[in-house]
Amino acid sequence: MSAQAYRLPQGGRIDRTRPLAIRFDGETYEGYAGDTVASTLLANGVHLMGRSFKYHRPRGLLSVGTDEPNALLSVDRGPGRVDPNNRAGAVEAVDGLVTGSQNRWPSLGFDIGAVNDLLSPVLVAGFYYKTFMWPRSFWDKVYEPIIRAAAGLGVAPEGPDPDRYAHRHAHCDVLIVGAGPAGLAAALAAAGSGKRVMLADEQAEPGGALLHDPRATIDGLPAQDWVAQTLAALDGHENVVILPRTTAFGYYNHNHVALVERVSDHLPLDQARDLPRERLWQVRAGEVVLATGSHERPLVFADNDRPGIMLAEGLRVLVNRYGVAPGRQVAIATVGSSAYTAAADLAAAGIRVTIVDVRLAGDCAADVAFAAQHGIEVLAGHTVVGSKGRLRVSGLVVAPLRADGSVGARRTLPCDCVGMSGRWTPAVHLFSQSRGKLAFDAERDAFLPGTHAQAERSAGACAGDYDLAACLDAGFAAGAAAAGVSEARTFQASPTRTGFQPMRVLPTDADPGRVRAFVDFQNDVTAKDLKLAVREGFHAIEHVKRYTTTGMATDQGKTSNMNALGYVAGLLDKELPTVGTTTFRPPYTPVSFGALVGPSKGALFDPVRRTPIDPWAEAHGAVFEPVSLWRRAWYFPKAGEDMHAAVARECAAVRDGVGIFDASTLGKIEVVGPDAAEFLNRMYVNGWSKLAPGKCRYGLMLKEDGFILDDGVVARLAEDRFHVTTTTGGAPRVLALMEDYLQTEWPDLDVFLTSVTEQWAVIALQGPRARDVLAPFVSDIDLGNEALPHMSVREGFVCGVPARLMRVSFTGELGYEVNVPADYGRAVWEALWEAGRELGITPYGTETMHVLRAEKGFIIVGQETDGTVTPDDVGLGGMVSKVKPDFVGKRSLARPDLVAGGRKQLVGLETEDPHERLDEGAQIVLDPSAPVPVPMLGHVTSSYFSPACGRTIALALVADGHARMGETIHVTTMAGFARATIRDTVFVDAEGVRVHARDS
Amino acid sequence: MLLITCPHCGPRPELEFRWGGEAHVARPADPSALDDRAWSEFLFVRNNPKGLFAERWNHAHGCQRWFNALRDTHSDKFVATYPAGAPRPDIAAEDAR
Repeated sequence: MSAQAYRLPQGGRIDRTRPLAIRFDGETYEGYAGDTVASTLLANGVHLMGRSFKYHRPRGLLSVGTDEPNALLSVDRGPGRVDPNNRAGAVEAVDGLVTGSQNRWPSLGFDIGAVNDLLSPVLVAGFYYKTFMWPRSFWDKVYEPIIRAAAGLGVAPEGPDPDRYAHRHAHCDVLIVGAGPAGLAAALAAAGSGKRVMLADEQAEPGGALLHDPRATIDGLPAQDWVAQTLAALDGHENVVILPRTTAFGYYNHNHVALVERVSDHLPLDQARDLPRERLWQVRAGEVVLATGSHERPLVFADNDRPGIMLAEGLRVLVNRYGVAPGRQVAIATVGSSAYTAAADLAAAGIRVTIVDVRLAGDCAADVAFAAQHGIEVLAGHTVVGSKGRLRVSGLVVAPLRADGSVGARRTLPCDCVGMSGRWTPAVHLFSQSRGKLAFDAERDAFLPGTHAQAERSAGACAGDYDLAACLDAGFAAGAAAAGVSEARTFQASPTRTGFQPMRVLPTDADPGRVRAFVDFQNDVTAKDLKLAVREGFHAIEHVKRYTTTGMATDQGKTSNMNALGYVAGLLDKELPTVGTTTFRPPYTPVSFGALVGPSKGALFDPVRRTPIDPWAEAHGAVFEPVSLWRRAWYFPKAGEDMHAAVARECAAVRDGVGIFDASTLGKIEVVGPDAAEFLNRMYVNGWSKLAPGKCRYGLMLKEDGFILDDGVVARLAEDRFHVTTTTGGAPRVLALMEDYLQTEWPDLDVFLTSVTEQWAVIALQGPRARDVLAPFVSDIDLGNEALPHMSVREGFVCGVPARLMRVSFTGELGYEVNVPADYGRAVWEALWEAGRELGITPYGTETMHVLRAEKGFIIVGQETDGTVTPDDVGLGGMVSKVKPDFVGKRSLARPDLVAGGRKQLVGLETEDPHERLDEGAQIVLDPSAPVPVPMLGHVTSSYFSPACGRTIALALVADGHARMGETIHVTTMAGFARATIRDTVFVDAEGVRVHARDS
Repeated sequence: MLLITCPHCGPRPELEFRWGGEAHVARPADPSALDDRAWSEFLFVRNNPKGLFAERWNHAHGCQRWFNALRDTHSDKFVATYPAGAPRPDIAAEDAR
């Protein structure tokens, strides 16, 4: 076939001076700048573009727009840039673009899967539900893998997407969606107000339907000149932003509208790389004008899905906008007037056209007369009962309708293309997403915007105005009202052919149970399937949708929904509005994951918090683990060491010498003010009034329900100043809870709360030699055991840096936590490290910290506790103040369930086999041979190998655990059960003498 | 995304806020005076009306202040926002629509 054999000699908005070539299924096709992939293929006579989802029937383009259900292509822009399920009419042709058909094997022309088409009598609605029920064991191994392999349309791309996607947030006074006649008129009206106006349109150029309407005139100008003039006028307003190639896909609360702009897919491939591929706009608009147009409905007749059978307005777009003849001999089947305009435009381009109008001659006399003026034959009062052809339509089978409604003798109209027009469906998607209520309009046989929920207006075809002048007037009025200007304007425009006769399924002489008349092309749902669903009891439209899949997948039923609704209503003998619609949900058209993700990928996906000492840890070979948003050094393996060996070495160093640990991630809150102590009295279970400045105390905080929320050491720096520490992960929620109580329950307290987590680096020196390492760097603080005992704090200088020096221990050993301003953290750490090397100072990580604290029976909030654990449950009941009249959670500690017997309590466990390390989270039972369900006593919360004990140790929550000392229980393992003995929680230095270092 | 008017900062996107449940549920001055039933109702029982609802919001990523709002739970329309401690505005559901 010669190149572009179907390109018309003139016309269209393509640039014939800029040729290009694209590839489709391995063949090269030529086109021009301004073409889409669809118009390029059709210019070359290629109608077969895909295979249908279920039956693998040959399919061509149905629509030229984003409502396309059939022609879904895979588009390849280079490695990593393969994108499936692109609508052929919505992808702009770019020189060198590689495209391919989907859902076929081995080739589009010969597809093995088409055997499904022969099996169609059994592949009815609900086939999967009915068929793959038995035997039950077949589901996982046989049915599901086969169904999964057969499911889906395109193939998901492999590997990371190399493209860049941008995000932008914007505000405007008036957002106009759609730049057809109504949208442009709205923009004109709003522009002069000086308000911030945004005009978004999904197409490559603004103008909407006017771009393919060479006959229309507006105020005496050809419509396309009016578009150019209007755009020039809007361009002169700095307050107007025009966004072509931008689809408003989601309408959310309070006029929050999400749009996606295709920034660079239309550019030559080598120019596109410097720009983001797409940009997600999140716009908060004062007012929204919806001018989203309408979609044409197909006609439902037997074999209405052959390649070459398209929507009539689509043919008009091909001829007028792209200069493409969709065929040489075209039959147009219609129930309304708009298709006559399409027929006239095709005839004017030299294409032979016959119109088949289902309406009786008397009902369409004006249209027939119009056709006669253009030399077009009309078969009025004829129905369509079938089509001929295989990979391309070759004939349309029609028959006259008799006065009694019966169908007369068949005849076949030879043709290579069919246009069908089953009237129009206003695009109310965004209105409905805005939670506006739709109202059925019988005259237009469509749902129109009814009750509004947000500050928006619909104008033009999406509100049921199909006449050009009416669209312009309504658009202008909407734009003026949205911008708050009182200007009114009426437009003079050429008349539009409107009017139709509703027709759900075309009358036929065939057995309706045997023909396949497609309602939903994308999901291969036929009128017969809908009938079956209704017969099987699916009467709610949402149920019909899910049972038959009508209206699902990438097109979301833009072309099919109203036909399906109308047909189901007829079967149920109900009025259409009482059947209702299915819910319109975002997105309006598919949105790439890339656009939604935007820059939030790689390092920006989840920001990592690093301490000032983190680079040192990395340089010294630390293995890291994530702890809430932080990354923390987990352990510091030496050459040849595994984690077990490294942790054992680190633990021994702390017990016998000195270890250094980065505790900077501890949450820190400075609580300041005359009422600071009173405030802490109310927030914590323990008392603070008697804590002297210079002293520290371990604090336990509950929620109002009596369960442990957080813990940490609190240092009193002065009468009115506390340095509060929290768990690493708990800092934000503790501060938030404190702020909540302070602001809303006790606003009379004079207290300020400040997060200082990131202001202080914390270096823990732990072990019998800790003081020896620290002493040379401290001159103004007496480190003596009497002067600075365990649980005390001093402000002074360490390494010449202002510091808060605490003598505290989470290891059971003599210990200090050196708080210095974060910027000095690394320098102080390195100074201590260098000085400590001759004492064998050992950096240790979070794993060793966990082992050391578990050996001492110290809890970790969130590990030993889970939001259902009280102080008494973990053996800390003694901390709870008996004298304070009230604190957060106090009253709840007396709730019946919190004082009842049988609560799970923290205990230690020793396994029978000293080398068996239990799984954290493993369940505990008394008798593994008990009948199922075996009563569960509790679970393991912490489990480690303890170098100090030379065996494994564990902590566990066990029902009535405190009363079970010495009992043997059984713990689930991957292999079965392990026997363990319940004991107290302190495995090392039960007397607690080491921390006081009294012998030094 | 909701657009919420912080009484101190003005209209801001919902992302900046944290929701805090029903408003005007004061913590009892002396919890020990409450019996178990009354205390559990204070702890756990909240209204969940369709229509106007007085609720707490915290401008967590802004001024960090807690305030109260009257929101229609059906339409998500905010009828009023007001500082914590201020009485609930006397607005009937019908007036708000």
